[in-house]
Amino acid sequence: MKVEQISIFIENKSGRLAEVTGILGKNDVNIRALSLADTSDFGILRLIVDDSKKALKVLKEQRFTVSITHVIGVAVSDTPGGLTKILQILDKNNVNVEYMYAFVERSGDNAVIIFRFDDIDEAIVALTDNDIKILLSERITSI
Amino acid sequence: MNPSANFWNREAETLPREELSKLQLQRLQATLTLVANKVPCYQAKFKDSGFLPGDIKSLTDLSQLPFTTKDDLRLNYPYGMFAVPMRDVVRIHSSSGTTGKPTVVGYTKEDIRTWTELVARFMTAAGVTEEDIVHIAFGYGLFTGAFGLHYGSEAIGASVIPISGGNTDKQLMIMQDYRSSALVCTPSYGLTLADRMEKEGIDPASLALRVGLFGAEPWSEQMRIELEQRLGIIATDNYGLSEIMGPGVAGECLHKQGMHLAEDHFYAEIIDPDTGQVLPEGSVGELVLTSLTKQAFPMIRYRTRDITRLDYATCDCGRTLARMEKTRGRTDDMLIIKGVNVFPTQIEEVLFQIEGCEPHYQLIIERHNNMDSLEVQVEVNEHIFFDEMKQQRQFVVQAEKRLATVLGVSAKVKLVEPASITRHEGKAVRVIDRRK
Repeated sequence: MKVEQISIFIENKSGRLAEVTGILGKNDVNIRALSLADTSDFGILRLIVDDSKKALKVLKEQRFTVSITHVIGVAVSDTPGGLTKILQILDKNNVNVEYMYAFVERSGDNAVIIFRFDDIDEAIVALTDNDIKILLSERITSI
Repeated sequence: MNPSANFWNREAETLPREELSKLQLQRLQATLTLVANKVPCYQAKFKDSGFLPGDIKSLTDLSQLPFTTKDDLRLNYPYGMFAVPMRDVVRIHSSSGTTGKPTVVGYTKEDIRTWTELVARFMTAAGVTEEDIVHIAFGYGLFTGAFGLHYGSEAIGASVIPISGGNTDKQLMIMQDYRSSALVCTPSYGLTLADRMEKEGIDPASLALRVGLFGAEPWSEQMRIELEQRLGIIATDNYGLSEIMGPGVAGECLHKQGMHLAEDHFYAEIIDPDTGQVLPEGSVGELVLTSLTKQAFPMIRYRTRDITRLDYATCDCGRTLARMEKTRGRTDDMLIIKGVNVFPTQIEEVLFQIEGCEPHYQLIIERHNNMDSLEVQVEVNEHIFFDEMKQQRQFVVQAEKRLATVLGVSAKVKLVEPASITRHEGKAVRVIDRRK
């Protein structure tokens, strides 16, 4: 159920993002989802890719600072209010969202939200108890 | 202003060299006897070198004795080097050590009197009189600068404004309204004041400023010209270090031909920093100082790490005291940022304490609008990389806070990618000083 996400430290200077995506492309690693948090000096790039082991290896070889974290993906109906329902459940169960990002599935019916929680297991229980469908790792990495 | 008339203690300052040497030897013997009886660190040093204080028959015999370094002060932290019981100590000051712990120095009542006298001497030589209103913009605190100049000014009979450092607008208001005539600060802060005056449209001619006494950091002749022109003053340099006493060790007269060293209170040697050998008169080398009259914190052959040269010729002002050139650099890696002594090792320690690992770092020192700034670039590694921005930011804030506490000067921490810091033969280049 948990999805491996890789996080990469990049300095906030031109060309660095392209450097990362270039390395992944050259090694046939496909990016499925992406989010970038940045400050004026640096950024943290989070990626979900089809082969996180390989991505980790090739980026480390190029001296990037990389870490793996676990997140979960939830399918949300692509309609107004879809996200609110999930957030309310999490709030009721006192689960903290550290950050999240979203993308729309190719078929267009659902949006996929990637969540990073302070306690991922508690979050999984809270969501499944409330019949929220957590996407399988394979499903996300093969979107 | 007649430069030859500005004496605080004409007799001591114009003592014939021969008499001065006699006085130095006598005082040196007394100092060596004192430390041999009272300071375990010196007892051990003397024992190791098979030396007895009575062996000193001439000033040059002193070269047989080992040096005292900042390491000795660190090992004897805080009071181990004091030669008197604490009940006789009336003041503690301290400056940065090479690592986390500062250097602690003490003064007896008599030491404070000597300090006052020596500061009064160089301030008088720099043109300060009882008519002056002395604006002291050094920070008051553990740093010796402000207090030294404060005592000297009061002894002269000048009016002291102990405004302390910072708050440039207020400094200017007070300078205008209270009619400050003598400015005491670091040379870079002097230029900051000049910049602000220019911006605010304050004409230096509208102020009462007459002289500026600058110290606590090295500065060039070019800066002197700039300070004199932009502030409409006569700018002189002075030198001191807390381990020896603070300001008052040496200071320029109005001839600006080097800083007169108070040789009746300190014996100076110039050594080759690599071999430790005493160099012949007139050589450029590291200044080594021995205190001759200090009671609480005598120092024997203290390595100042400052590179300079001494000129023993009598000055045009009539002073026979040797003149010390502006310092040309350091023999260690100490940096002076905003007048505060900073060692790269202190930064290393802070980074180590935060995450228990020693990341590659580089210090970048710049000067914008005459203000120094310190940026610490730290290469990110797995130990200090967090996937959450909140934690990553927290790391930066925490590092900045710790650095400010330990260094006594603010620093910006910038995280950079691994391997991005310049390396030279595999070793990271630790310091990039762009002020030069």
